[in-house]
Amino acid sequence: MVDWRDEGALLSVRRHGETSAIIEVFTREHGRHAGIVRGGTSRKIAPILQPGAQLDVAWRARLEDHLGTFTVEPVKSRAAAVMADRLTLAGLNAATALLAYALPEREAHPQLYARSIALLDMIGNNEAWPLAYLRWEVALLDEMGFGLDLSICAVTGTSDDLAFVSPRTGRAVSAEAAGDWAGRLLPLPPALMGAGQGDMGEIAQGLRTTGHFLTTQLAHSLGDRPLPEARARFVDLVGRAA
Amino acid sequence: MADAPKDIETLIEMMAKLPGLGPRSARRAVLHLIKKRGLLLMPLADAMHAVATTARECLRCGNVGTADLCDICTSEKRATGEICVVEDVADLWAMERAAVFKGRYHVLGGTLSALDAIGPEDLRIPQLVTRVADEGITEVILALNATIDGQTTAHYIAEQLGDRVRVTSLAQGVPIGGELDYLDDGTISAALRARKAF
Repeated sequence: MVDWRDEGALLSVRRHGETSAIIEVFTREHGRHAGIVRGGTSRKIAPILQPGAQLDVAWRARLEDHLGTFTVEPVKSRAAAVMADRLTLAGLNAATALLAYALPEREAHPQLYARSIALLDMIGNNEAWPLAYLRWEVALLDEMGFGLDLSICAVTGTSDDLAFVSPRTGRAVSAEAAGDWAGRLLPLPPALMGAGQGDMGEIAQGLRTTGHFLTTQLAHSLGDRPLPEARARFVDLVGRAA
Repeated sequence: MADAPKDIETLIEMMAKLPGLGPRSARRAVLHLIKKRGLLLMPLADAMHAVATTARECLRCGNVGTADLCDICTSEKRATGEICVVEDVADLWAMERAAVFKGRYHVLGGTLSALDAIGPEDLRIPQLVTRVADEGITEVILALNATIDGQTTAHYIAEQLGDRVRVTSLAQGVPIGGELDYLDDGTISAALRARKAF
């Protein structure tokens, strides 16, 4: 028998048979991990199994490569805090869907875990949430091996006046160096570099840039599977709020 | 399963596919039906045949009925200008059991779900928007589950309807007979936010 205990955020729930559920949890030490929750559709457990919930999970299986079963204890419910605000709800859906989409199974990503939990814990702070989400997407790209280099201009080496990102290399380009090529480059708002508070317009621009790399790099590495629709809905809402 | 005649085995196999039944309980149920042939089996067979030939989805609201339009949609008394939006027919029946809502319904047939790739076009949301415009609706009540998927769907519908109509949703909080000690913290915080003068 193989077993372990860990803590993590619930990414997805799928009904399994009449009474059970298959859940995916992003855990601190075991990464994205799936398992069956017996009685997971019951009135007692179903309210706990809402995406974004922080759970204490114990996983048990006969062999390591089996799906295994989870027993879950709620640590923190986040659903109630997001339900009233459509932008935060869309952001939570986008973050959990992207994690379920991008993370390899059973591979620990402690830094991204910490960033993700910090993001989820900001739920309720509706003003700061969209900017935190943008920076989290940058961290996700970085963790998946497609980090953006926004420190200096790829052409001139200067760190001043950085205004664009090369869609091919993910490196920053200054406004001066961009010249006539500016129309072909991606926007680099200050919010994407971690500067300033970032208004919705900047965040929408930043999401356009991260979206490009999520599509061309991350999705490509995953067999060109389309990005989760939940992200498109969130980006659409941010764009309309801008 | 080779100890019963083929027809009975087929019946057992079909019954075993029903929710709550497995092969053993289906076998018990079929044996019971055969023993009570006149009292249960024949009336059940007649009722199932009747439902199989007449049951259909209401073209307007998605409820299950025996005609193109269900009884609720054809009743003039239910034309109150209110539509209650529910996820599936079981929810509609639950609302009807409460016998409080006097308007009409709209059954979505599910909720938006990124995981299961269910988008707005897979639900009956466009039909709802059309109904609101065509039937002179003044209020749309979103009676969707208090889950992430349910509320994501509710926000999407509210967005689609815009300012054309009053959009409301069911309250969230302590259930009748509920004890605070057994409630999750999310429900308690929702209930506290929605507190009312006493």
